[in-house]
Amino acid sequence: MKEHFTLITGRTPEQGKGLHEGKDSEAYRSATALVEMNPEDMAHLEIEEEQVVRVRTDTGHVEVPVHAGTLPPGLLFIPMGPAANVLIGTETESTGMPPFKGLTAEVEPI
Amino acid sequence: MSTQMSPTAAVATGAVGGISVIENAVCSFCGCLCDDIVVEVNDGKIARVRKVCANGRGLFTHYDPTPRPPTVDGREVNWEEAVAEAARILDAAASPLIYGLSSTATEAQRKAVALADKLGAMIDTTSSVCHGPTGLAMQAVGEPTCTLGEVRNRADLLVFWGCNPAVSHIRHFARYSVTPKGTLTPKGRRDRTVVVVDVRTTLSAKAADLFLQVRPGADFEMLSALRALVQGKEIEAETVDGVPTAQLQELAERMKTCRFGVAFMGMGLTQSRGRDLNVSELFTLVAELNQYTRFSVIPMRGHGNVAGADQVLTWQSGYPFAVSFARGYPRYGPGEFSTVDVLARGEADAALILASDPVAHFPSAAAQQLERIPTIALDPNRNLTTQVARVVFPTACYGVDAAGTAYRMDGVPIRLRPVLPVVRPTDVEILDQIIEAVQQC
Repeated sequence: MKEHFTLITGRTPEQGKGLHEGKDSEAYRSATALVEMNPEDMAHLEIEEEQVVRVRTDTGHVEVPVHAGTLPPGLLFIPMGPAANVLIGTETESTGMPPFKGLTAEVEPI
Repeated sequence: MSTQMSPTAAVATGAVGGISVIENAVCSFCGCLCDDIVVEVNDGKIARVRKVCANGRGLFTHYDPTPRPPTVDGREVNWEEAVAEAARILDAAASPLIYGLSSTATEAQRKAVALADKLGAMIDTTSSVCHGPTGLAMQAVGEPTCTLGEVRNRADLLVFWGCNPAVSHIRHFARYSVTPKGTLTPKGRRDRTVVVVDVRTTLSAKAADLFLQVRPGADFEMLSALRALVQGKEIEAETVDGVPTAQLQELAERMKTCRFGVAFMGMGLTQSRGRDLNVSELFTLVAELNQYTRFSVIPMRGHGNVAGADQVLTWQSGYPFAVSFARGYPRYGPGEFSTVDVLARGEADAALILASDPVAHFPSAAAQQLERIPTIALDPNRNLTTQVARVVFPTACYGVDAAGTAYRMDGVPIRLRPVLPVVRPTDVEILDQIIEAVQQC
């Protein structure tokens, strides 16, 4: 079963800490390769904490573990970093700014 | 060791036994540029850092100032060879790109602009994926600004819109905005009202007196509604895109009746649908509030000297980012000369990345282009861009061992006070050598 969500990306404390340890470090990888979801959405899709799901946008897809987050229903959050970058397109609407926030995304348990 | 300190650092050094203590060092990690950091240096190594936040700590503790040789195609070479190869790449390119600039001092940023001018290159800063839309808004509607000192001493209403300082600018609340006791805010936190507007309940939202949760992409509607309410117009609908009109009315009244309000804004506005239009709407709201009281807005700048990158590029070329010198004079083109667009369209045939990591932070399609074209990277640390770059210069780290000037998020220039002797070449020195080598090509 697939569901449509709105995806935003951004900083987290763990991502900030991980980048100092090195962007090739396990700390950085694990801090950026995850998706936060609303717990009710997780229950609806029968997804458990740390379960790996496929997140897909028009641009690409990643397989990342789910963390329950303080998000409203329908919203996904992925920390800025290599996993998020796969999902973000390059259309900047003549501003230079790619769509880092507000993407339409599907979540599919695998 | 105090005898090896650079002159700037030596002034700040008090030697206690074998340990040197540097007071009031500047953390150059984020746009707060906290200038009260205490660093203990023992035997040429940073032993302890006090007052620094979790984000800034790594700048001091994870940087190894030991000189490393530059590399060409992963092979260690001497500095002359690396400079010659960088110059050869840039000279041979028909459409070179210079990008980054935000985590180095203004002195190096000036050299980067000089190199772009010399090469007829495109030059862009990390602003284009951060507060570039804010720059566009400033050009459209102006910038009602103030300094963080005024915020600390005078502001009694703080509105954080689409930003999360508790995570991104950790000491902002304590040093500049929410809790410090100032001239007109002697009770600190109790003298201030804190409003947070965001799509999710962030750590910052938990510190707010009023939290306005907006739907992703609905910021423009909220700001338009607030402008109407501030002007005394009535909104008949009970909700505006899910937010109760009464809540917006309460915020509008607070804004009009405060003594001095300040809005801080971040990526929630610049990276969401509407981008620069969102920011223009907020800046216009703030300008209009000055008919009733005093109100300012400050963008929460991310990298330590990204504000300086805007300043330098503007005073050198007239434009804050996305500039091309290809025709021999500066032309401005967000969407045309901004780096994500340039890379996505395959329009650059060589790149010099100064003090930033676009491979880690760009959409993959743009980042991958940096692997296809010859890329030169100047950076104190290994990162994802240095991993793919053909030529890598491990340079000194500004604020830790390299001196210079950086601009705080409110546009105040701060002189950095390095805590270690500079042993590595600086960005300024390497860029100078590349400029000279390009002239001889």
